[in-house]
Amino acid sequence: MSSEKSEIKPVIWIQGAACTGCAISLMNSPYPKLKNLLLDELVPGKSIGLKFMATLMGGTGELALEVLEKTRAKKDYLLVVDGAVPVGAEGKYCMVGEESFSDQVARLAQDALAVVNIGTCSSYGGIPSGNPNQTESIAVTEHLDDKGITTPALNVPGCPPEPSWFVDTLAKVIISGIPSPDELDKTGRLKEVYGDTIHSECPRRGDFATGHFARHLGEEGCLAEIGCKGPYTNSSCPNRGWHDGLNWPIGNNHPCIGCTEPGFPDVMSPFYEKFGMEEAEDMYRRLK
Amino acid sequence: MRQISIDPITRIEGHLKIDLDIDSGEVKSARSSGTLFRGLEEVLSGRDPRDASRITQRVCGVCPAAHAVASTLALDDAFGIQDKIPANGRIIRNLILGGNFIQSDVLHFYHLSALDYLNPEDLKGLESHNSGVKDLQTYLESTDGAPFTPEYSGDYRLGAEISEALAGDYLQALEIRKKAHQLIAIFGGKMPHNMGTVPGGTTNKPDIDSITKFRSRLGEIKEFVNNRYLPGIVELAKGYNDYFGVGQGVSNFIEYGGFYLEGFAGSHKQTSKGLEGGVISDGSDSVKDYDLSQITEEVHHSWYKEEGQGHPSKAKTLPEADKEDAYSWVKAPRYEGKPHEVGPTARMMINYLKGNELVERELGRAMDKVGIELDQLPSVMGRHLARAVECKCVIELMEDWVENLEPGKPSCAEYEMPESGRGVGLTAAPRGTLGHWIEVAEGQIKNYQLVVPTTWNASPRDEGGKPGPIEQSLLGTNIQDPENPLEAARVVRSFDPCMACAVH
Repeated sequence: MSSEKSEIKPVIWIQGAACTGCAISLMNSPYPKLKNLLLDELVPGKSIGLKFMATLMGGTGELALEVLEKTRAKKDYLLVVDGAVPVGAEGKYCMVGEESFSDQVARLAQDALAVVNIGTCSSYGGIPSGNPNQTESIAVTEHLDDKGITTPALNVPGCPPEPSWFVDTLAKVIISGIPSPDELDKTGRLKEVYGDTIHSECPRRGDFATGHFARHLGEEGCLAEIGCKGPYTNSSCPNRGWHDGLNWPIGNNHPCIGCTEPGFPDVMSPFYEKFGMEEAEDMYRRLK
Repeated sequence: MRQISIDPITRIEGHLKIDLDIDSGEVKSARSSGTLFRGLEEVLSGRDPRDASRITQRVCGVCPAAHAVASTLALDDAFGIQDKIPANGRIIRNLILGGNFIQSDVLHFYHLSALDYLNPEDLKGLESHNSGVKDLQTYLESTDGAPFTPEYSGDYRLGAEISEALAGDYLQALEIRKKAHQLIAIFGGKMPHNMGTVPGGTTNKPDIDSITKFRSRLGEIKEFVNNRYLPGIVELAKGYNDYFGVGQGVSNFIEYGGFYLEGFAGSHKQTSKGLEGGVISDGSDSVKDYDLSQITEEVHHSWYKEEGQGHPSKAKTLPEADKEDAYSWVKAPRYEGKPHEVGPTARMMINYLKGNELVERELGRAMDKVGIELDQLPSVMGRHLARAVECKCVIELMEDWVENLEPGKPSCAEYEMPESGRGVGLTAAPRGTLGHWIEVAEGQIKNYQLVVPTTWNASPRDEGGKPGPIEQSLLGTNIQDPENPLEAARVVRSFDPCMACAVH
């Protein structure tokens, strides 16, 4: 339980060009449960205070926006951003109240202690930024750079991220503040969460080594020949699994589609065709 | 006349604004605006068709499995392999879709809607033996109560005892909706955005282990839905009986049906389904077959160029952000030129009238308990009731289907992808009826259009000025206090709007 001694760090969660899958994924957190995140301490002596999150909050309309403004005015908050920032048509592709999301995210980031981008859309642009990107959707960090806003930002990519990737990142910030640059990889993710490539930790590595390859969907074996992007994708999927280790994509006999990476979906598509080495090297050069 | 704007409508999926004209405490005019456009149909263009079953799920994180199923059906159709799907693949798709129904329904009632009726203030000071409720009470008393409070003031009528039970169920429901996602993960790898449904079937063979894990979880979920969720709605309806007369809306309903029971060879209409489809026009008590050629998506009041509108098999999505007279990113789907409501209410009415035995029994019992007739189902309280009844029915169907899985047998067909083709994927989805239309040329997606449940329900006015179903359902609603338009929020949320879906 959060006691009076517990330090409560206010959190504002805003949503732009998103599908709500990140919020729903967080609700799937096995432990801590959502109830723990909302009501209890996240780490000893410290808890989060979720002040604004449109998906779950009691307030509606102006009443909700008043809470947002009150929290912003006190400045001592973490800003969680879910969704890409559509900057085309002067921001009209995403409006919240009378404000464009592109203005809202800049205004709230300005006064935040740190920005935590949940999901591949806010981290790198993700699905809405896929070709032809009619809305000119971009990553939050790119948008903040364009606006000259220097608030530190962390990325928690994944479409959506497995809940522990976000919870661990949040806990890290609550315990010891903004991670140092050597704790993050070049794409702004915590190394201890995203670690090595899926391929390097894959339980089907033996199939790869012995040349046991699936030739079509539904066949068992290493899925490299039918499009697996595991060799080029960093995530702890093979170690942590999903739903408390119940299953995960390759465990379900489906090739990885590289959803934690910059350039998803364009670089990873077609999902079911083998990645050529040339394409892979090119991607590494550009993105990592 | 007073004009108010409710923006954002929270506790729904996505970005929705509602504008109301209120006179003498009554809504005279309503406008529903979807305020986010992403352009996913154009993102699909030019890609490998098979990518659609992954990308279309990203339309919505709350009901991705419905898009997964609709897109795989559209691809099966375009590839000409509808009759090659192994029984395991068809059944697993149904189980994945069913899991998404449960997750969505439970989430909607407890985590999105309950706070319209439950005032957290009523929990303060009451004696509870539920440890979760005690934690919640301590939290509410020692903090500012966010994110649960503040909320609109108004007629919260439940009283201490029912409020306490509902708060306890709110917390338990967090675990139940999570288990519903585990059902999907068992055969779909993960949720949201499963990695199992593909053209040709599903990727993983069922085995004793996966079936056992599935059945035990489904049993736990069933206990909650039958003993807490459905009775909880009946209890809520006692206190809010007048809400069977609020938010009626249009009297036209459409549903394609879903949960395919046999392999099908091309005609969606002639295939037996767990939940059947049909059309109810002008409040009639008979159900007609639907005719896909009668569907159009209009954009007269939507921010799109009119040259792109028409039948979904050939329409294009061409945004025009500064278009005059437009007020929403949602298009306006019409059937025979008229707005139609979709959702569990439409589906339960259609199945009841068509004599689906399971629905007749369960809906009949539930209506008896709350003392309403079928024509009161399209209403705020009726929609909550229909959703809970449907959830119960889907679980019962799933219990049968899982028994029909054949451990170790294939779940996916082998096939060659043709260079060109056209396909339609139709399914029941948690919030209504869902259609995907695909055209493949030169091995790539040439055109992809989605007509999604909330596109129907949250649609703006059409060319003739006819408001969409949510807009019409708000007309005549009494608003006690325009500063706290709680009644309007209850009407809107009863539809379970999903705006990322509606616009995509």
